[in-house]
Amino acid sequence: MRVSLTVNDTPRTLDLDPRTSLLDALRDHLHLTGTKKGCDHGQCGACTVLVNGERVNSCLCLAVMHDGDEVTTIEGLGTPENLSPLQAAFVKHDGFQCGYCTPGQIMSSHAMLKEIARGWPSHVTEDLSAKAELTIEELKERMSGNLCRCSAYKGIADAILEAAAEQREAAE
Amino acid sequence: MTTELKMDVPQPRFLDQTQQGVLGKPIPRVDGALKVTGQATYAAEWQMDDMAHGVFVGAAIPKGHFTIDRDSIAGMDGFLGLYTDNLVRNSARGTLNTNPVQPGDRVDYLGQSIALVVAETFEQARDMAAALKVSYTRDDDAVTDLSEYDDWELKVGIELGDVDAAMDAAHKSVDLEYTTKGHNSGAMELHGSIASWDGDHVTVRSSLQMLGFNRNELADSLGVPPEQVRLLSPYVGGGFGSKLGIGPDSVGAAVAARDLGRPVRVVLTRPQVFDTTIRRTETRQHIRLAANQDGRLTGISHVNWQSNLPGEGHAEPVDAATRFLYAGENRYCAHYMARRNSPATGDVRSPGEAVGMLTLEAAMDELAEALEMDPIDLRIRNIPEVHPGNGKPISSNGMASSLRQGAEAFGWDQRQPTGTRREGEWLIGMGVAAAARANLLMPSSARVTLNPDATAVVETDMTDIGTGTYTILGQIAAETLGLPTESVTVHLGDSNFPTASGSGGSWGATSSGSSVLIAARAIRKTLAERMGCEEEALTLKDGMATGGNKRSALSELIDQPISEEGKIDKGKLTKGTHQAGYGAHFAEVAVNTVTGEVRVRRMLAAMAAGRILNEQTARSQVYGGQIWGIGSALHEGLEFDTRTGHIANHTLGEYYVPVHLDVGDLDVLFIDERDDMANPMQAKGIGELGFCGAAAAVANAIYNACGVRIRDFPATPDRIFPHL
Ligand code: FES
Ligand code: FES
Repeated sequence: MRVSLTVNDTPRTLDLDPRTSLLDALRDHLHLTGTKKGCDHGQCGACTVLVNGERVNSCLCLAVMHDGDEVTTIEGLGTPENLSPLQAAFVKHDGFQCGYCTPGQIMSSHAMLKEIARGWPSHVTEDLSAKAELTIEELKERMSGNLCRCSAYKGIADAILEAAAEQREAAE
Repeated sequence: MTTELKMDVPQPRFLDQTQQGVLGKPIPRVDGALKVTGQATYAAEWQMDDMAHGVFVGAAIPKGHFTIDRDSIAGMDGFLGLYTDNLVRNSARGTLNTNPVQPGDRVDYLGQSIALVVAETFEQARDMAAALKVSYTRDDDAVTDLSEYDDWELKVGIELGDVDAAMDAAHKSVDLEYTTKGHNSGAMELHGSIASWDGDHVTVRSSLQMLGFNRNELADSLGVPPEQVRLLSPYVGGGFGSKLGIGPDSVGAAVAARDLGRPVRVVLTRPQVFDTTIRRTETRQHIRLAANQDGRLTGISHVNWQSNLPGEGHAEPVDAATRFLYAGENRYCAHYMARRNSPATGDVRSPGEAVGMLTLEAAMDELAEALEMDPIDLRIRNIPEVHPGNGKPISSNGMASSLRQGAEAFGWDQRQPTGTRREGEWLIGMGVAAAARANLLMPSSARVTLNPDATAVVETDMTDIGTGTYTILGQIAAETLGLPTESVTVHLGDSNFPTASGSGGSWGATSSGSSVLIAARAIRKTLAERMGCEEEALTLKDGMATGGNKRSALSELIDQPISEEGKIDKGKLTKGTHQAGYGAHFAEVAVNTVTGEVRVRRMLAAMAAGRILNEQTARSQVYGGQIWGIGSALHEGLEFDTRTGHIANHTLGEYYVPVHLDVGDLDVLFIDERDDMANPMQAKGIGELGFCGAAAAVANAIYNACGVRIRDFPATPDRIFPHL
């Protein structure tokens, strides 16, 4: 089946077996292997990408369901020579060890910060009618779908908090 | 030239004299920018022309034989081949160095990879694997439930004096039974391989920890000489023991690629990782501790029951730390092994201590209570002068300072009597445990090349599984050769490079790092000759050499690259001394009085592991260990279906590894130490030390919080709230 996607701002057309997941379309057909496969079951978050700006587990999506959609992967965020602020903060705070969960963590935190900015509540938000703030508790709750077996959680949290603070400063 | 150092004599502290000042510094990972941008290429991600895709079919019975019906899938779109020969039953255990069991048409456990289906695309192969018709003859004597098992194989590890008599004569004693569930490594990168043949040579890109061993394992599995096997593992998405030995994926890919004459990729599914690599055994443990009036241990006994598949050589060294941690003249350690039809057991991070120190250190907490002593005092009082089992001198033991400095930093003096600190519906408590992990040295080689433009290259088949090897080997070479770290490039994970120790047993950094140091020092020798001074009198910094009243740029000293190979090996000190990393773990937890839920609020690890090579990567390793401690104390446990012996919770959705929200504040304190007997860097392994004992600190904190003693792990709420 033909599928047209805009991936990292570039239009791409693929001829795919309808059984192909969005994750495998990215990794095996577009050779964007920055998006990782940790379970293929929606249980680890390694495959997190943005579809039309929202985070999704791309292993749970069939590529053909996303005809016409915009997909952003880790490769669309920054390059080794030109890291995005989140990527740079992950390096600075050692927010990874083996690096395999890392693209997923970064894509997920990227979207998570926007969710907070929009005021979306979470399971740990005390007051559902108030504007959600980026507390450490909120961060942990909202990032708990991204597993890190190396257990770099502390560095990940520190990196996200720093990048968010920079973002806020830049906005002010 | 190769320079070899055997650890026969204590080593001078060369790295305290060098001038570059980069070793030990918290330098960010050199592979960091690649990893955060998705540019680091892991095994299954290489793009190969004409690559075919293989998917394994798992056995549906626990024991018996199988026959496959090739015709059931041969007509499906994209079918290329179906393979059953040469497949391995399960991953090789660490350092096996030869082929794992290749059972042919025999099934030894449910889930065993019995056939590999290969097709043009992954989607086709996956459907064919589901469609393949297999018929079985099922044996009725499968061992799937150990509750009635009576064929235990006993192996006595140590027997000194008479523990029974010590128990009878003790002022106070504890006699405790524990159980721990099996664990899975759960590395985030699925085990995967791409194999391609060129004539009779095969190149396999695979996710592996120890290429030197792995090459032999794969060669033997395929029936080819090791020289015809090349392994590439430049990036490894976590290992934690599961990738110490080759897995079914590398053998399957190579078998199919040889037949098809094109590259084949095989990636295990997550359930296949649980089923067909290795797991940590479940244990039953019996600990007895006897103490006299002064709180000195007079008897220690640690007996455990564990399991493995028939024909596997691995046994979990549950009593590893019990053998050396505390003094006491009467000692007994032994294990009983059951052979069961369940996935193979092997080394998962901190094999032995992970579950053995959990129980020993929980038992020490109970003994301290019985003696009415502070648990820190009890531990310090029982630190032995020499190895209590064999009398060998101890190379260095930082346990007392770890306990004292850790207690101070953690605020141990704020600990309240059991069950008395309450915040709303939560009870708060603190716990402590000792940390210890044997320090091992393995033969390891590396090549270092210094170029006239004052850059250097390090080459070794060592792996970086998230441990920071790229970064620390670069730091060691930079420090020794007097170069900024940016001037050193490190190439790893290619079996064509000099053979390293591999990543495992916490020996990777010290063994491979020593080989880099030795090679770089050999280069310094040549430079010193050219400067007309002794190597010891040579100072190298920022590409400049100073010595013998001269000062010269490296570019003036050499006009072509100098290449040296360094090798470290065990020696008289390795065998003649007892070496271990030591430390102390502290935890503060909150226990919910309504639900029994445990939240870890904060943890501190005080670590005495010799010289720290990179403060940041070492710290991250310890954080990882602390979090694994949380996981094994509170969440992680493999559940077996007792009818079939298979792992019922073989996914990341049902086997609970810690997530962000499970982790409280973490802190790490490094205790200043040099171990001259360990290696020429005076460093000791730290990758596992941060885990050893961490779970016990959590368990002991639970008791201090709410008065419930956990003897069956993990400490899920159902094991707590009925007793509140
Ligand atoms: S690979 Fe998609 S959630 Fe794990
Ligand atoms: S960095 Fe290895 S799993 Fe997160």
